[in-house]
Parts: sequence; structure tokens; C-alpha cells
Amino acid sequence: MSLLRIENLDVRHGQLQAVRGISLEVKEGETLALVGANGAGKTTLLRAIAGAHRPAGGRVLLEGADVTAVPAYRRVGLGIALVPEGRRLFAGMTVEENLLVARANGRAGPWDIERVLDAFPMLRPRFKAKAGSLSGGEQQATAIGRALVTNPRVLLLDEVSLGLAPIAVDRVYECLGNLITGGATVVLVEQDLGRAMRVATRVACMLEGRVVLEGAAAEMTREQITAAYFGLNRSTEGRVEGGNAQGQPA
Amino acid sequence: MIWVNQIIQGVMLGGYYALIACGLSFMFGVMRIINLAHGDLAILAGYLVWAVVDRSGMSPFLALGIVLPLMGALGWLMQRFMLERSLRSGMLVPLLTTFGLAIVIQNLLFLQFGADTRSLAPAIGDLAFDSWSVGGNIYIGHLAGLTLLVAVLMLGGLQLLLGRTPLGRSIRAVAEDPDTAELIGINARSVYAAAAAIAVMTVAVGGAFLGMRATFGPYAGPAQLIFAFEAVVIGGLGSMWGTLAGGIVLGVAQNVGAQIAPNGFLIAGHAVFLAVLAVRLASGDLRRRLRALLGKPA
Repeated sequence: MSLLRIENLDVRHGQLQAVRGISLEVKEGETLALVGANGAGKTTLLRAIAGAHRPAGGRVLLEGADVTAVPAYRRVGLGIALVPEGRRLFAGMTVEENLLVARANGRAGPWDIERVLDAFPMLRPRFKAKAGSLSGGEQQATAIGRALVTNPRVLLLDEVSLGLAPIAVDRVYECLGNLITGGATVVLVEQDLGRAMRVATRVACMLEGRVVLEGAAAEMTREQITAAYFGLNRSTEGRVEGGNAQGQPA
Repeated sequence: MIWVNQIIQGVMLGGYYALIACGLSFMFGVMRIINLAHGDLAILAGYLVWAVVDRSGMSPFLALGIVLPLMGALGWLMQRFMLERSLRSGMLVPLLTTFGLAIVIQNLLFLQFGADTRSLAPAIGDLAFDSWSVGGNIYIGHLAGLTLLVAVLMLGGLQLLLGRTPLGRSIRAVAEDPDTAELIGINARSVYAAAAAIAVMTVAVGGAFLGMRATFGPYAGPAQLIFAFEAVVIGGLGSMWGTLAGGIVLGVAQNVGAQIAPNGFLIAGHAVFLAVLAVRLASGDLRRRLRALLGKPA
């Protein structure tokens, strides 16, 4: 059974339909990279999975249980944690407090503050510093750590490399790589196709609110994804090794 | 020596202002709401304590123990059914809502208790007028000393709550970013309601001490709101220890003003408030906070 299953999900922002009938599955230990151009609906999809957006239709299932109507704060207790775009740390609180406040509201599990500091050693000397005073890379590490201490079963990562210096992105991805090889279940939204391909086991490419290409990362070529990414060649859209194309316009 | 006495009495008076301002500061710091019904909630608490004392003959301190949970429940209900809804319409709507609530409280108190003023002083015996001599013909009233002590304990307790407890951290997280707080498992609605309950309970303590040190009537709330507001602005919006400092500065200014001229009590307090406000506006600190409150870019 899939750990996370999305069925015909529709999400609207007022008149704009940002996500159109998307269906996806994520198995335990899998890393799904959602790629696509700006405005493709990746962030909206991720936030709908986390419960931050109420879908207009469709369902979100966690290990078979329908969580579509469950509010965001209760989904954290069920094992869905989102690292939002732009980090969204509590800037007036220290790194320690950012982690503590999340730990107090999360699930029981192996992740505690000490393990986060082991996973992101860059945070150790900055543990008592205000989150607002951290560098971009340190902020991103804190944001990922804050999600991890809730002991998620599915970790949703939104644009972890956005706005970071290349060296900071390298450090964050090095830590993420360790997480992923350690068996974490991750859904990753990433603009950097190369990085997404390196860490993902599956890739889903979104265009205008739909998944236009989905499949095993190892089976896809960069050209296929690039074409789907820009909607250049509709013939490339489709199933790749167990994947499928969805929501195609009639 | 008379100036020293005035300053000491000003510090004591500042303790009362800090006590009455505590809830206003907490509510603004956490919920970004300027509660215009603050003074009237204090008067309501004063009346409730008075009613319990009048019916049972118990000490006002014990009566406060009964009134506190009632006021906490009122704060919770206010948040759930009034402030939460009005906040959805923008940051200015809660101002109007709490202004309306103030008028409702005033008139309900008038309807129930009439225009006669009340006081809890007769119920606290010697505490109302006893004092310690600190030498040089300077005396500190027991009640004034107790008020300052309670203010320090309450503000310190709130500071500890916010800084050292899971609830306090949740309150600060929700105050900073309620949407993100929900994404880490915090029920922002419940935290806001808990914060409102705490704020209104602190208001109740202020109201009870007002009743012990002075008389109060149904329409005494707005004057308390002005002093509380001045203490909060002088001390820095949303800062607990700043509120204590603001209350003391206000109290000292008023007492020193009264020493300079018979009508200088209020004028000196307002003048210090305006001077601090002008400095804060000029430095941009308050302007940034007000812009944030009104949802405009800095």
C-alpha cells in the first residue's frame, strides 16, 4: 500500500484552479521530486497535502486513511510535515526554540533535537541564535530540522534551494541525501532539475496544474523532463516505467 | 526629601499602572489586538469581586480566586466568538469591536449596579491604609507595595510563560506566523483563545487592585485604558518588562508633576507619554509596528 496517495485533487485560489485532478502515489522510503515551471501548481499541491489549502475536490490519503478534511495542525500528528517555501522560521525565536516548539507538537519517534544537530552540524554553534540572524543555509537547515523533530512519515520539502548560495545548497543537499538514503519518505519540490534528479527515486513533472510526466527517475532522460517542463513537446508526456500522464485536456 | 518621596510614591503607583497594563500589553504582543474594552473588563472584574465579597463577606483576594476563572472563560469566549471573527476582516475591525464591547460592558454595569461608586477598600481592613516607614518621613503603603510586588510577579510570570514553557513558545510562534505554526502542529485557534483567557485574567487582577485602592463606577474603564495604554507605549508595545518600566515612568512623572503644580499630575504623565511616543515614531520603531498592525508594508 502507498504511504501517501493523492486522488483527483483539485485546488483553487479563488477563480484560479492551481491544481487540476492530480493523482499521485508515494511509497514508503521513496523520494518523489515534483518539478515544473513557476506557477505549475507544485507548491499548491504540497500545501494541499499538508492541509494548508483546502482542496476543491479529490482526496488525500495517508496509509489508506482519508485525511482530506483533517486540519493542518492535526496532519502533523499523523505524520505529514511541510518545510515551506521561504523557510518561514519564527524569526524572533532562537534555533533551539524553533525546534522545541515543533518537537512539543509532533509525533513520538527517533528524531529529537540532538539528532537534528547531528544531521545538520552547522546548527550547533548557532543553537542559541535568533532564527532571523541566521544565514540562508542555516535557516533552511533549521526549517528542515523543525519538520524532522515532528517525526514525519512523509516529509514535504518546498524549494529548499531557493535563494541560497550554491555552497549552502550543497551543504543542505548533502544532509538531505543522508536523510533520503536513511529511508525517509520525501516529496520534494525543486526548480533545480539536476539536483532533483540526483536525489529522487521518482519524478513527476507538472504543467499548468497537471502532472504531465511521471515515472522512475532512473528511467527518465533529462530531455524528456525538460520538454514536459516547458510543455514543448506534448508527445513526451505520458507514462514512464509505471508512471502515467494525467488530466490531459480533451 | 520631598522629591525622593514623590519618586518612591511614583514607583509604587507605577506598579499599579503596570498591573493594569499587563493584559493590554500581552494581548497586543500575542494577538496584535489593541483591546479598547481593556479598562472596562478591569472594571467588570472589580464589580464581580465586589459582588462576591458583598454576598459572602469573604476576602477580596479569595473572591478574586473565584472571579479569575470566570474572567478567563470570558476571554476565551471573546476570542472564539468575537475577536477571531473580527480579525478576519482586517486589523482595524477589532478596534471597533472592542470599542463596542466597552460600551456594552459600561451600560450593563450601569443597569445592574447603578451609578453609585463602589470600593473594595472596606473589605481589606488595615491593608488599605497601613504603611511601612522607610525613614526620613517617607512611608510606603502596604497595599501599594503589594500591588508593585504582584505586578512584578505577574509580568515576570508572563515572561517566564512566554520564554520557558511549551504553551509560551506556541503562543509566540502563533503571534509571529499563525499559518506556519499550524504546519508544525499548533492549533492556532486554541492558542489564541488561551492567550485571550490569560490576558483577561491579568486584567481581572488589575481590576481587583483598582477596587482595593480606589473607588470605581460603571464608566471608570476608559480612564484605566488611557493609563494602561500610556504605560504600554512608554514601555514598548508587547514587552512585559517594558510594561513594568513604562508603568513606573508614568507613575513617577505624574507624582513629580503633581509636586511641581497642583494640576501637574495628569499633564506630566501625558507629556511624558507624548514625548516617548514622538521619539519612538521618529526612530521608526513604533511606525514599523503600527504598519505591521495595519498590514501595510514598512
